[in-house]
Amino acid sequence: MEDSTPSTINHQLSTIWAALAQIPDPEIPVVSITDMGMVRDVTVGDTGRVTVTFTPTFSGCPALHVIRESIEQAVRDLGVADVEVRSTLTPPWTTDWIGDDARERLRQYGIAPPAPTGEGQLIQLDAEPTRCPRCGSLNVRMTASFGPTLCKRMYVCDACREPFEGFKSV
Amino acid sequence: MTTTPSISGTELTDPQTQALLLKLTVLADDEIILAHRNGEWTGHAPILEEDIALANIAQDELGHAGLYLSLAQTLGGSDPDQVAFWRGPDDYRNTRLVELPKGDWAFTMVRQFLYDTAEALWLEAATRSTYAPLAEIAAKAVREEKFHVQHTALWVERLALGTPESERRTQAALTELWPHAAQLFQPVKGEDELTAAGILPDLTAVHARWTDLVTRHLVDKSGLTLPDAPTTQPGRDTHTEHLAPLLEEMQSVARQHPDAEVW
Repeated sequence: MEDSTPSTINHQLSTIWAALAQIPDPEIPVVSITDMGMVRDVTVGDTGRVTVTFTPTFSGCPALHVIRESIEQAVRDLGVADVEVRSTLTPPWTTDWIGDDARERLRQYGIAPPAPTGEGQLIQLDAEPTRCPRCGSLNVRMTASFGPTLCKRMYVCDACREPFEGFKSV
Repeated sequence: MTTTPSISGTELTDPQTQALLLKLTVLADDEIILAHRNGEWTGHAPILEEDIALANIAQDELGHAGLYLSLAQTLGGSDPDQVAFWRGPDDYRNTRLVELPKGDWAFTMVRQFLYDTAEALWLEAATRSTYAPLAEIAAKAVREEKFHVQHTALWVERLALGTPESERRTQAALTELWPHAAQLFQPVKGEDELTAAGILPDLTAVHARWTDLVTRHLVDKSGLTLPDAPTTQPGRDTHTEHLAPLLEEMQSVARQHPDAEVW
C-alpha cells in the first residue's frame, strides 16, 4: 500500500488480524470469529494501544464474554500491553458476511450454510429454502425452528434421511 | 454486555432523557418478566424441541433487555443488574400480560404471539428513530424477533385448528389475554413529545398495524374469535399478585449473594 502509514504498523495490523483469525467461534469451532465477520475493525493508536471492534451475532449470545476475552488474550499474546475490545451494533451483523470458504467448511461439518438474506420482509412467516449439507437436496423439512444454539435450526432431509442443523439467515 | 454506540444521535433535552429512560425501563421490564415465564417451561415443555425453543426465545428477550438497559445506563440510568435484580414489584413497569402465570401450552403460545408481533412491529418502526442508538438496537433486535413471530404464529394456528380440546384452550387463552395485550400500547409519561421528535415510533400507528396483523392471523386464518377490547386500562404501576412471587424467585440468587462478582 502506497500511503504514509509506517510499515511497522502495517505489519502489526496484519499480525493482529492473523491472530484473530485463529480464534474459533466458541459454538461452531470449525469457523473463526473473522470467518464469521464478527471482527469489524482493528486499529493501533499512537501510544501503541490496540483497539479491536467486534459485533455480536445475536444479542443474547452467551458466548459473547468468551469471545471478548479471547480477543483480548490473543492480542496480549502478541506482546501488546494496552488492549481495548469494543462492541458495536452498527451495522447489525448479518450471515451475508460469512465468507465462501467458511460456508464450505460449515457444510462439510454438517451445518447447512445460511441462505442470502435478500430484501425480503422483516416480518415473514415462512422459513427460507435450505439445502441438505450432505446430499444437496432441497427436499428437506424443518423439525425445530430453534436449535442447540441461537443461530441454528434443526432439519431432516427427506432425500437422504439425514437429520442436520441449518444456519439461520439473519 | 456493554455496548458503545458509535453515533451519539440527537441531542436530548432533559425532559426527553427522563421520558426515554422510563420508556427503556418499560421495554426492558416486559422482556425480563416474559423471559422468566418462558424459562419456567425448561424441563416441562410438551417436547424437547419446544423446551429448547422457549429457552432460545427467553435468551433473545433477555438480550434485548440488556440492550435497552445498557442504553439507559449511558443516559444516566442504573447498572442493568441493579435494575433487574434489586427492584421490587412496586418499581417494575411491565404489563400484566407478561406477568400472568405461564398457564398451559396454548396460553403460553398465544401470549408469546401477541407479544412477539407487538415487539416486532414496534422494533421495525423504531429502526427509523432519529435517535441513532435506539435505531441501532432496533435494527439488531428485529432480526431476532422475526424468528419468534414465525414460531409462535405457527403454533397458534396449529393449536386453533387442531383438536376440539386444543381449539377450546386456545380460544380460552385468547379471551383471557386479549384485554391485557392492549396495555402494550399504553404510552409512558412524556412519550408523545419523543414521538413528535421522531425519537420513538408512533404507538397509535404501531397498534393499528398490530391489530390488523393479529386479526388476520387469529381470526381469518385460525378461526378464533376476538373478545372486545377493553375501554380502560390499569397503569403499568399496577400489578397482579403474580409479580411478587416471580421476582422473589428470579432475584433470590442475587439477593443471597449481593457481593458476588461473577454469576
